Amino acid sequence: MLLNFLDELRAAGILAGIKEHLVLLEALEKETIDPTPESFYYLARAIYVKDEGLIDRFDQVFAKVFKGLLSDIPGNVTGEIPEEWLRAVAEKYLSPEEMENIKSLGDWDEIMETLKKRLEEQHGRHQGGSKWIGTGGTSPFGNGGYNPEGVRIGGESRNKRAIKVWEKREFKNLDSTRELGTRNIKVALRRLRRFAREGAAEELDLDATISGTARRGFLDVHMRPERRNAVKLLLFLDVGGSMDPHICLTEELFSAATGEFKNLEFFYFHNCLYEGVWKDNRRRWSERTKTWDILHKYGHDYKVIFVGDAAMSPYEITHPGGSVEHSNDEPGAIWLERMTRTYPATVWLNPDRKDGWNYSQSNRMIRQLMDERMYPLTLEGLDEAMRELSRKR
Amino acid sequence: MRFEGTADYVATDDLKVAVNAAVLLRRPLLVKGEPGTGKTVLAEQIAQALGAPLIEWNIKSTTKAHQGLYEYDAVARLRDGQLGDARVHDIANYIKRGKLWEAFTSPTLPVLLIDEIDKADIEFPNDLLQELDRMEFHVYETGETVKAAERPVVIITSNNEKELPDAFLRRCFFHYIQFPDRDTMRAIIDVHFPGIQKILVGRALDIFYDLREVPGLKKKPSTSELLDWLKLLLAEDMPLDVLQSKDTRKAIPPLHGALLKNEQDVMLFERLAFMSRRG
Repeated sequence: MLLNFLDELRAAGILAGIKEHLVLLEALEKETIDPTPESFYYLARAIYVKDEGLIDRFDQVFAKVFKGLLSDIPGNVTGEIPEEWLRAVAEKYLSPEEMENIKSLGDWDEIMETLKKRLEEQHGRHQGGSKWIGTGGTSPFGNGGYNPEGVRIGGESRNKRAIKVWEKREFKNLDSTRELGTRNIKVALRRLRRFAREGAAEELDLDATISGTARRGFLDVHMRPERRNAVKLLLFLDVGGSMDPHICLTEELFSAATGEFKNLEFFYFHNCLYEGVWKDNRRRWSERTKTWDILHKYGHDYKVIFVGDAAMSPYEITHPGGSVEHSNDEPGAIWLERMTRTYPATVWLNPDRKDGWNYSQSNRMIRQLMDERMYPLTLEGLDEAMRELSRKR
Repeated sequence: MRFEGTADYVATDDLKVAVNAAVLLRRPLLVKGEPGTGKTVLAEQIAQALGAPLIEWNIKSTTKAHQGLYEYDAVARLRDGQLGDARVHDIANYIKRGKLWEAFTSPTLPVLLIDEIDKADIEFPNDLLQELDRMEFHVYETGETVKAAERPVVIITSNNEKELPDAFLRRCFFHYIQFPDRDTMRAIIDVHFPGIQKILVGRALDIFYDLREVPGLKKKPSTSELLDWLKLLLAEDMPLDVLQSKDTRKAIPPLHGALLKNEQDVMLFERLAFMSRRG
């Protein structure tokens, strides 16, 4: 039974191995816990799950495997319930009298039976009533409401009447959608570290000191510069228009990058790269930097990151004069090509969701121009992009 | 030897199970959670409950794994060599013991706290794998092997600033301290401020949880901040009616400096309050 549990965990993407399994057996053998299902659940969780983002998945597997096997665990209703139904937007406060008035529907089986039926009948989001599943009502199903025999599905337990811990799935919101905070971005950017010793000599060089001392016969202290990150980076940020919803994310990436890299230069562009970029959006027309100057000034060893949603009219990429803002003599495609040719290490980060990329023609074209080196602006994507950038060429 | 929480620490059931399993099987316990949910305090409390000495190893970004084992002070030896000090003949005089060494050779079974392991470089946990697994290490300079007579209880905390390597996680028990719900929070407050007025706590909790709900806060206030704030409220002898206005959107809570630790958050909050007063 426990081996089956392990298989199910692995199938659900929790990378537990034989080692964890043996630890669990050892813990059970040594009777580290009270013989209750809750304690067993907590113990298994502490051993198998090593990331709070996976606890929700663990809860689901646990409920599935041990359903009906541990004597006092009631059955589980299957069927996905849309998250939005359950989003607790309002809470209905009930007086004790009202609570008294809410009648029990009957025993457990009856409730589950009704719930299944309701699930089949119901087709939309619902709130505050007393029959349908939703939030804030007095129906026995859904959450945020009150019914003496309520079954809680998702959301937060407010009236403390819900069932087993693992079925509460309290860790639901931690799964996979972890926010891309500056800290996390920094960690991803750290892949791009290439250490070199340059600058002031501040660190004791032990080997040189020892050999120097041995050679001269008296203490001969040698110092050397500290190891620092010597990676050089050019950052091009798309601003305005369709990028507005992503400002927050882009800002975070930007502030993480400026904190991590000493040799960082950044420029703004709009939609597609043309002959000029700028460093200050208020003076975007008066103070422009020629793209040619950038290509000439910064060496081939610079790494280039574009940040943009690559959503524009295809003409903006392919045709001279296609830009929405000005009349460009050469099409954007040529400028992007010059960029990728000058800087072999180039990636494009896209804040839009990856599954929508193929619906946009301009996105496909940009990806082609970038040799498919476009990555979504998520932790995973960032990680991949950094790996690509730090690849030896 | 069971950990059941202590007089000043409220432990939830899942935490107790994780701690007891880790203590009994002598495996490191990795504790994660929002800052201020009592990760470091947990180690102190476990040490207290087990009657064991606590050895703290606070990790910084510059901490290297071998510093926890030992450090060889070559410069001091060179200097002594030049001055003709007799100590120079024994290399052991220049070996400084680290926290792990201390824990391994402690006469009574200690609790070793490796605090904020995620602060160190990404490779740091990997460098400690063998040492934590076998609870022994080799000192190259003197050729001796330091081995723990009895495996110490190891508590490791992390703030999730870096992902920890799988091989490292394999060897640990894991516990995520969830943000306490209202009832647990009430119990925690009772432990810290026995005899505090129930109404005051109720209102303070209302304000506190409302504040955590405000969207866009850079740093949500946590348990330790709530306790600080309550302490301030008590010290200032704040009249109850100041806390009267329950809607945090209408007014900034008194002494908000204890709860909001970021000037952007305070500004956001003032803006929200201003907007709701107008509208």
